[in-house]
Amino acid sequence: MKRLDCLKAIYPQLKDCAVVTIMGAVAAELYSLGHRANFFYLEHAMGLASSIGLGIALSQPNRKVVVIDGDGSVLMNLGGLTTMARSRPNNLVHLIFDNETLLSVGGGAPGGYKWFTTATSSGTDLAGIAKAAGFPRAQLVRKLEDFEEAALDAIRGDQLSCIVAKVEAEMPKSFLMDVHMLENRFEFPRAIKGRSE
Amino acid sequence: MPVSVANSQAVYDAMKGVGVTLVSALPETWLVHLIRMADEDPAMTLVRLAKEEEGVGVSAGAHFAGVRSAMLLQNHGFLQAINGIVGVSLLYKIPLLMLITDRGSFGEKDPWQTEGGKYTRPVLDALHIAHDDLSRPDEVQPKIAHAMTLAQSSLSPVALLLQRDLMWEEPK
Repeated sequence: MKRLDCLKAIYPQLKDCAVVTIMGAVAAELYSLGHRANFFYLEHAMGLASSIGLGIALSQPNRKVVVIDGDGSVLMNLGGLTTMARSRPNNLVHLIFDNETLLSVGGGAPGGYKWFTTATSSGTDLAGIAKAAGFPRAQLVRKLEDFEEAALDAIRGDQLSCIVAKVEAEMPKSFLMDVHMLENRFEFPRAIKGRSE
Repeated sequence: MPVSVANSQAVYDAMKGVGVTLVSALPETWLVHLIRMADEDPAMTLVRLAKEEEGVGVSAGAHFAGVRSAMLLQNHGFLQAINGIVGVSLLYKIPLLMLITDRGSFGEKDPWQTEGGKYTRPVLDALHIAHDDLSRPDEVQPKIAHAMTLAQSSLSPVALLLQRDLMWEEPK
């Protein structure tokens, strides 16, 4: 399963959501599908995309918030899963692309050689951790059609959800993003003010 | 417990007075009343953190969503949150009001608190984060109001260091 295909499958449903992504491949690929002002790409502070999503979800309870995370980032803030679970906003969806590698920070090399794998490569189960942390819904998917069904259902639904998708450790075609971090930082709150509130 | 209820209430009221409706926190002895007040207030969202750095993200999200927030933490919590402060608040120019109980200074009896307190001001200064002490009840309201004003106008983190004289009352 490819990350880009997963993103394509949910892209239309992200229109009215507040979307927070991590840096690197996830941000670049979502951007490549067409940037929208309601997408915020956190280009640093690995682990905190989910905390930012939590802050938005608690502050705008009528808006759907979708965090698009990765295994490396989530592993840097496992405690954050417990904070999300106990706060339990029903408008927050946590999507995690698990490529078992710290790909975007130099952990992946061309040709599929994985030289800095994460603990999910040796059995750590992020969906299991989310479930055990107290997420009312946590699911692991390995096939595109399963991801599409689970993610869209979570986005349309009304409970705190975590969908972990096993994806290939593949670099994006390009890391080019023609939106400056600060431009993105200022357009994002403007975009999520007023709409769907 | 000789933590000042009256002065904790003054700090809490001042936070509410500047529009704070979301507080993220980890407990610390001097913060017990402040956290309880946030918990008992139906108009306040209290986010109980597992680690302080998360609170930087939560506050950034709240800011994006148009909500004013504050973080309640201790010296070591501040030191723990540094990467988030640099990688979110400073990098992205996001207001952040931190109320830090300043342990480890004159009068500290707990040996384990004596190290973290030494580095709080130098680290704040190294990051060019504006900070001030809260030592007396009469300065609580104006300084919290001024801190929030600066955080919002400069789009930066600011810190108020809650002092022993304000937070602690020796048992008589």
